[in-house]
Formats: sequence, C-alpha cells, structure tokens
Amino acid sequence: MALTGVEIFKLLPKTNCKKCGHPTCLAFAMKLAQRQASLDACPDVSEEAKKILGEASAPPIRSIAFGSGDKAVKMGEENVLFRHEKKFVNPCAFAVELKDSMSDDEINKIVDNVINSEIDRVGQKLRIDAICITNTSGDAGKFESVVKAVSANAPAVSLILSTSNPQAAEAALKAVADKKPILYGADESNADAMAAIAKNNKVILGIIAKGLDALTALTEKIKGLGVEDMVIDSGARTAKEILEANTYIRRAAIKKNFKALGYPVITFAQRDDKMLETLIATLGVTKYSSIVVLSSIEKWKDLALFTLRQNIYTDPQVPMQVEQKIYKIGETTADAPLTITTNFSLTYFIVSGEIENSKVPTRLAVMDCEGLSVLTAWAAGKFTASKIAQFIQESGIENEVAKKELIIPGYVAILSGAIEDKLPGWKVVVGPREANGLPAFLRARA
Amino acid sequence: MAFVAPKETYSGKVFEVTIGADKTAVFGGENVLPFYSFEGNVPHKPVIAYEIQDVPPEDWPETVKNVYEGVSGDPVTWAKYCQDKLNAQAIALRLVGTHPDRENRSSEDAAKTVKDVLSAINVPLIILGSNHIEKDSSVLVAVSEAAKGKNCIIGKAQEGNYKTIAAAAMANNHKLIAMSELDINLSKQLNILITQMGFDKERLITDPMCSALGYGLEYTYSVMERIRLAALAQNDATMQPPMLADVGMYVWKIKETQASEADLPMWGSLKERGIAWETVTAGSLLISGAEFLIMRHPEAIAAVEKFIEELM
Repeated sequence: MALTGVEIFKLLPKTNCKKCGHPTCLAFAMKLAQRQASLDACPDVSEEAKKILGEASAPPIRSIAFGSGDKAVKMGEENVLFRHEKKFVNPCAFAVELKDSMSDDEINKIVDNVINSEIDRVGQKLRIDAICITNTSGDAGKFESVVKAVSANAPAVSLILSTSNPQAAEAALKAVADKKPILYGADESNADAMAAIAKNNKVILGIIAKGLDALTALTEKIKGLGVEDMVIDSGARTAKEILEANTYIRRAAIKKNFKALGYPVITFAQRDDKMLETLIATLGVTKYSSIVVLSSIEKWKDLALFTLRQNIYTDPQVPMQVEQKIYKIGETTADAPLTITTNFSLTYFIVSGEIENSKVPTRLAVMDCEGLSVLTAWAAGKFTASKIAQFIQESGIENEVAKKELIIPGYVAILSGAIEDKLPGWKVVVGPREANGLPAFLRARA
Repeated sequence: MAFVAPKETYSGKVFEVTIGADKTAVFGGENVLPFYSFEGNVPHKPVIAYEIQDVPPEDWPETVKNVYEGVSGDPVTWAKYCQDKLNAQAIALRLVGTHPDRENRSSEDAAKTVKDVLSAINVPLIILGSNHIEKDSSVLVAVSEAAKGKNCIIGKAQEGNYKTIAAAAMANNHKLIAMSELDINLSKQLNILITQMGFDKERLITDPMCSALGYGLEYTYSVMERIRLAALAQNDATMQPPMLADVGMYVWKIKETQASEADLPMWGSLKERGIAWETVTAGSLLISGAEFLIMRHPEAIAAVEKFIEELM
C-alpha cells in the first residue's frame, strides 16, 4: 500500500534543510505521498529509508521505456481500472510478428510496412511501434542474422526478440542491446540464463508462465536475480483468458499494490481471421495490455486500431480539440456556403459528418473555444459576436467566397445581429439548432 | 508473496430481457462486468440484430449497400434474407422513410410495413422510428399497435416524446428503448420518468447514444461503463436495464467508411476498413457494457459473433 505523508515524514531526516526545494521535511513528505516529488531530491535520506520509500512510492505498475530515440514508448504507470476515473497514462504499443523462418521478401515487406505505417490523426502521429522477431526456425544463427538485418533496415523501430533459447538470445542481442529491446521468452526452464542475459545487456525481459500463480513466482524469482524491467505474459490467448488475466493483473497491482504483477502486460493477438484478430487487439487496447502483438498489419487495420487507442487513451477531463481553421468539406467553390462552429472535437466530428452527409460542398469555420461545445462556449464568453467577427476577419476568407454570408448554429441565433454589426458587409444566417438538421438545411439552400 | 485472485462481487444485477413471440432471444441477466464470468454469472450472450429499412438504403455506402443488392428494395424480402440466408437472431426495422425530410411516409404506411415484415419472419423484431421527435411519437404509436402480441422492442423514446411512445409500448406489451444523449444522469432521469408512468423497468433497454470509432466512441464507452458500474456496484435499479449499441447507423455515415483508397491511400482498402470500423466500434462497446447491438454488415456481425463466442 502507498504510504501516507506522515508515514513518509517519519522516515525523512527531519532537518528542514530545504535542499530538496521544499520549506520543510513535512511539506516534502506530502509531495512525495502525492507522487509530485522524487526522493532523489533529498541528499541526506538514509539508505534504509530509501529502500522502504522506494518500494512504497513506486507506481503500482512499473514504468518502463521500451526502445530508444524519439520512437521509444513508455509503458506501465497506470493508476486506474476505468478511464472515466482518470486518464489511462501510456497508450498500448502495437507490434507485428516477423518470423525468422520467413523469406527475405516477406521480411522486407513487413519491415517496409512498419516504417510506412505512420498516420496523422487529429494532430497526433500514430504508428506501429515495434517488430516482434520470433525464433521460429529454432536456429540461433538464423535468428541473429534476421535480427541484425531488421535492425539495419529499420534502425528507429523498437524490437522484441522472441526466443526461449538463451544462446540465440545472447547472440542476437549483441547487435541491438543498446536499443533497449525486449527479450521475450524467459520461462521456468530457462529463467536463470535469460535473467543473466537481460541483466548483462540491460534489456527488458519478457517472461511467460502458465497462469497467474506461476507468473507471480517467476517474476519474484527473476527480480531476485537482479532484473527490474519486465513485461509479463500469463499465457492467456483466448479472449476470455486475456480478459480474466489482464483484469486480475491490473486489479492486483492497483488495488492491492501487488508488486509481483506490477509490470506491463504483453498480449499475443495473432489469428488467421483478420477481423477476429482486430477484435482481440481491441480487447487488449481497452482492457489493460501494454503491448499487443499482431500477425499482420494492413493499413485499414492500423487505422482502426490507432483510432481506438487514441479514443481510449484520451484524457476524459480534457476535451479533445481540433485545430482552428476553415475546413473545406467536399469540392468547395466560391459559391459554397460558410458555416461556423466551435473546436470541441465531438462537435467538429458531428457537424462535419452531417455536412458530408448533405453532399453539399461547404466550408466549416472551426473556431478555437478551448474545446467547448457551442452552447457551453457561448455561455463561457468564448463564442461571442466580437470573437467570431475577429476570427472571420483574420481568416481572410472574405477573399475566397462569392457571397459574404455566415451560417451560425441555431443555438446562438441571438448573436446574429451583433455579428453583422461587427462584420460590415456580411450577412448572418441562422442555421439549425442540431447538427442533424444540417443536411436538409444545406440542401434547401443549394 | 502468493497471488490471491482479487475477485469482486456485486450486489446488483442487469435485468434479463426476452424479446420475440415465435422464436425468442434473451440478453442481460449478468451480475458482473461484461464477460467477467470468472467472478460471477453471465447467463446470456449479447444479441445482434440486423438492421433493415422501410425504404431502399440509397444513403448507405457501397460496401454495405452492395451486400443487400436485390433484396433491399422491399423490407419483407430484406428481412427474410437476413433471417433465412444470414441466420439473423433478430431484425431491426428502421422506419427512416417516415422522416419528414425523407419520403415522409405516413404512420399507416409504416404500420403496414411492420405487419408485412412480422408475418414474413419468426425472429424477434425491433421497430425504430426515424429519430424525428414529433413524427416518431405518432409513427411509433401506430406500429406498436400493429405489432401487438409480438413482444417487439419499440424505439426510441426520448425526453421530448417518451410519454406517448412509452404508453403505446406498454399498452401493446412491447419492450422499449429509452435514449438520451451521452450523459449518465440524463439516462437515469429518462428511465425514471418512464417508469413513473407505470412502465415496468424490467422491460426497458437503455440507449446512452452510440458514437462511431473516432467520432466520440470514448464518450459512449465511458458512459456505458459508468452505467454498468452503477447497476452492479451501487445496485441502482434505474441503471439495470440492458444497454443498446446502435452501431450501424453511426458507423456507416462517417468518412472512414466511404472515402476511397484512391483518395486516401494511407487508409487502405475501403471494404475492409468499413467492416473493421463497424467491427471495432461494436467490439469495444461490448467490452464497455452493451448487451444488445444493431449492426449492418454481415461480415462485421460474423466477426463480432466469433468474438462473443471466445469471450463466453
């Protein structure tokens, strides 16, 4: 269990030396309890206190950086079971499996697909994060050469090296250890050797045991051998098993502070049926996996899964916003109508969707209102006549439209006169109150 | 330290709802979070209904319209195709043609369509209006009477029209969908208002409003999770009706299910993309709490049914 501020205070030097940047040891203790400060800031803390506090103040799920460079992904650090309670912290990573028994052509194709998987969606760059190279051939030399080749062709992509053979692991790691890959495949039979390799090469160890009792015993054993960074696999493969194991692991870590399972979870979602595989990945994204391994990546599948991950990992307390600008929907000409709304992403999606449904090419001016919906932004004084007028003027749109006419949401009909006063030469038209009235409204005017 | 499974049990339970007269379908009844059969009882699989319309689906994108080519010109043929060829467990007839901005079909026409469809099928029927508050309150009254004794689901009752629709569903012994807009409190309030009219809460289905993947899915996802937790952990009876995810109509109108691969090569194959969009939207809403789904594409439905099999 996490310690309270007072419990932490008892372990501090109580000198109020201020070297940590806080006025008193008690103040520092309170910050530590809230996880807003790090114990490293105290130069005088005893080794014993460090040990106790270090264990108690560690996040319930260990924070691990996977990969190196700007494409490294953070895993773990989650605090909740349900996203409405607090933001899910580190988005689940997607990896695609590459077998060392594949032909060079197949291997190159997968590597190319991963490199070219990046898609921009609502201002975020989304991509396949890693390649999981499996030692299917059983040949250590083959494994090493494929790992080297993949690493050379895709230097920025994070790697998972999957083998239960310590010799193969040792050889393959030589070329890539500095990229902080995951060595996956430590089990009850090879734990000592694999732990030693992971420790010497300072890589993350992926461990597998059948069921959560065995997994607990194995993480404790491997931690005792000096390996701190682990990702865990309970052997769950069916949807039912994955849901049960991932739920128990997350609950044990967060509600019971059970350290032996407080590690990021890796889920293998591979299926022959691509739609079913997409659904198993959906289960991983929504229910607590930190890495999902796929058998193949197709652009349509990537887009659906990236979008899901983005949706699930948004902060429920911060409205998603879209960029302020005038969006063109359809083949707009100078005659296309101009509508305006706020930049709350849901508002934007619904309004732009209805405009698309109308099949009437239309300009949609999206105004930055800090992610509030129309009525809320109006009530908060962010969607006012003068701000709308300023936005329209500064956009320069008047040079692009044949008719200076602005359609405003029906809910803010009250603003029409004031906008006309502040936008000389413009006519303001009151549109429907709800977005679903837009198709009929736009078609009637077209 | 030995691992002890952190099981959670709840005092609340989702109501079990049976629909249909000849062949029936049952959903709900669980006393745990969706598919958490490792710590409680999940007696029934979620049910998926195939969506059909009273008018040809001219506004559906090609990917899903093509599947029903040759049968979708007539709702009876379409319904029989879904039942007999696609093995639909239930059929959802959306009377979109009654909308004043569309064909503006009359209540009498709608009632006749419902009667014709009902006499052609034996699986349960869900009868949906056109989501026009005023028009639905007359259309759904007429079709409730036309479907008397068939134990259908009538929908959707909303804040602006629930009184007439709930009264008609009650008088004709149907189940009722109560829809509110993405807010647990609005949802609870509407369920309370409807039950205060004397409508049995165990005959309700809550629709917290669906959203498509990428278009507000996270809102529906979290509202559903919160409703399910209120039903189970707080034993809140007003939140215990099963939930609907009306997936098809939200998914098959967005850009991702319509934009060609030629225009957006980064998005990949349009056909698979559309099916995946419906599949992932449905799959994630099953995980968050939906017991009843309305979908359009047979391949998406088949994938989701396999997923349900694996989860049970």
